[in-house]
Amino acid sequence: MEDILNALVVLANFVIIPSLAYGAQLALGALGVTLIYAVLRFANFAHGDLMAFGTMTVILLTWFFQAQGIGLGPLPTALLALPFGIIAAVLLAMGTDRVVYRFYRKKRSAPVTFVIASVGVMFIYNALTRIFIGTSDIRFEDGERFIIRAGEFREWTGLAEGLALRSSQVHTLVIAVVVVIALFWFLQKTRTGKAMRAYSDNEDLALLSGINPGRVVLITWVIAAALATIAGTLYGLDKSFRPFNYFMLLLPIFASAVVGGIGQPFGAIAGGFIVAFSEVSVTYAYRRFLSHIMPEEWMPDGLVQLLSTDYKFAVSFIILVLVLLVRPNGIFKGRVI
Amino acid sequence: MKKLMLATAASALLVAAPAAKADTVNVGILLGFTGPIESITPTMAAAAELAFSEVNESGLLLDGMTINAVRADSTCTDAAAATSAAERLITTDEVAAIVGADCSGASIAVANNVAIPNGVVMVSPSSTSPALTTIDDDGYFFRTAPSDARQGQVVADIVWERGIETVAVTYTNNDYGRGLSEAFIAAFEEYGGTVVINAAHEDGRADYSAEVGALSAAGADDLVVFGYVDQGGRGIIQASIDIDAFQNFVLADGMFGQSLIDAIGSELYGRAFGTVPGSDLEGADVFLSLAEEAGFDGSSSFAGESYDAAALVALAMQAAGSTDRTAIRDAMFSVANEPGEEIMPGELAKALEILANGGEVNYVGATGVELIGPGEAAGRYRIYEVDDGAFQTIEFR
Repeated sequence: MEDILNALVVLANFVIIPSLAYGAQLALGALGVTLIYAVLRFANFAHGDLMAFGTMTVILLTWFFQAQGIGLGPLPTALLALPFGIIAAVLLAMGTDRVVYRFYRKKRSAPVTFVIASVGVMFIYNALTRIFIGTSDIRFEDGERFIIRAGEFREWTGLAEGLALRSSQVHTLVIAVVVVIALFWFLQKTRTGKAMRAYSDNEDLALLSGINPGRVVLITWVIAAALATIAGTLYGLDKSFRPFNYFMLLLPIFASAVVGGIGQPFGAIAGGFIVAFSEVSVTYAYRRFLSHIMPEEWMPDGLVQLLSTDYKFAVSFIILVLVLLVRPNGIFKGRVI
Repeated sequence: MKKLMLATAASALLVAAPAAKADTVNVGILLGFTGPIESITPTMAAAAELAFSEVNESGLLLDGMTINAVRADSTCTDAAAATSAAERLITTDEVAAIVGADCSGASIAVANNVAIPNGVVMVSPSSTSPALTTIDDDGYFFRTAPSDARQGQVVADIVWERGIETVAVTYTNNDYGRGLSEAFIAAFEEYGGTVVINAAHEDGRADYSAEVGALSAAGADDLVVFGYVDQGGRGIIQASIDIDAFQNFVLADGMFGQSLIDAIGSELYGRAFGTVPGSDLEGADVFLSLAEEAGFDGSSSFAGESYDAAALVALAMQAAGSTDRTAIRDAMFSVANEPGEEIMPGELAKALEILANGGEVNYVGATGVELIGPGEAAGRYRIYEVDDGAFQTIEFR
């Protein structure tokens, strides 16, 4: 019995808890991408760098609050700075829409034109972030780092294996659940949310029934930028902030959105967890897990690792390619990208 | 008229040439005065020239011969430029020996293409690549900087002495990390230790928990980290501590930096130890004050090694009794190593006198020069342990 518990603790410590936190971060990012796709009908390549920009604002304000001695006690100061970061990202997204995307909307350009324009926007955001905060690795987590420490867990339970639960992982999950509930309530119950869904389903009919398209587009950008900043801040708190890594996050985020069915909010959440669990479980070495449940003489010599951790990103690529080949509209029957 | 001029020129040559040969000898200083390490090479050259001027002022080298230092630019990165600069030194300036080159790549190119074929001694003050240990150099290549492979050996020594027999190793995925980990593993397995996993990590990732998961699955309690303090190395240690994957951490010079302790904090105290090149020798202090008098910063990177390289060349000439290139090569080991009177920086005149009288010297210099193997410095390392918010020095070896 104790062996099985030990094995489960190892799995929880190395696979389940990290994947849950990572999956929630991906899901929040993918929700933003999917909403933009549903309403504005293009894949927004600038989303990763919008995350980086929002997070950068949060970090700068976190430093400011720390210097002023303002904090949240055991919670990270970044959560206090988060609303201001969201405002900055929303303003940036709205400004971009006004200067760039509105022009193409008026011309009724093809979706691919929007995609290419968003690549240009991505490079501009990219540079903006680097000008203000540089390219280096930044950790901005403060407050209480752990909820359960591995050593203490061992003492409490008497098990051989430890389980660590970091505050940032719990914050990520709690905030993600709250944000997702609020988002779905907004989309299902409010007048504006219903207008967004109507606009997404059929633009012409929505316009006929008197929905103001400018307002729908505006609200979409507000939500997408808020989601991007929240996802970016949680990712940065949990791991670390480096602009290049946020750019690289675009790949697993797109994979998540496409797996779930692009344009489907539920799909984005499911996709986020599918991609996160695949990445972590495919690159984890199961030797330690197996050592608790297998007789010693059966133990393999190797690490029992499917793929080296260097290939983590390859997993998202493979998922992306497989889904596009086998089921192009994803699990929840989204649009074909 | 034409004949007269020719005759004058010829006689001038006849008179001048033997005179020049008799009392000056050229020695090349081949360093990257332009390129990626241009900020430290002026000090390195000044240190080498300090040793030469000390020799010249004594007037004791080979009955009053003076050394004329000829600078040339190795560029550090451009092997072709370094090679042609060395060719010019050897064929046009007819140098007796070369202090240099600096970067390992330039040293390898110059040694293989010019110095070894022409039989000219090179003494590099700063090339640390293990590849230079094994080049087929005919004994002409020396260095006063230790090979990175040496550090791997020292790390293996201290790990083994603490009674740790099984370790996991992770290294940053470049020549430095790979070379160091290979040297460590070879030395550690020689002792009978076991390396359960040797895995590279990429720098610049946001999250290293997956890497740590793989490392810890291999089943060792202690982790050797050959990485960088502001990069993946720190991420690996942070992630290991977060999930309590390893007990002790063994570090090398890339991980030596206060930012490691600042980032991770008290959980690292008493659990991390390692090595960094460093010297507690008396010669280091003497050299610092000599450098200050001469008007440059003696603590700058590889300044002491440069002084020592130049001093070794001068002493080898004296021991050989000539400026013949091969004779210099043959005398290098005898002046650098025991037996003999120990020579500190600033005591070159004393050394020249002892050698002139047929005695023996053991040049110690600014960095404690001791040539081992194919003519490279053994190097001195500071062994440290992390405790109380700082790197505490335990010993030097």
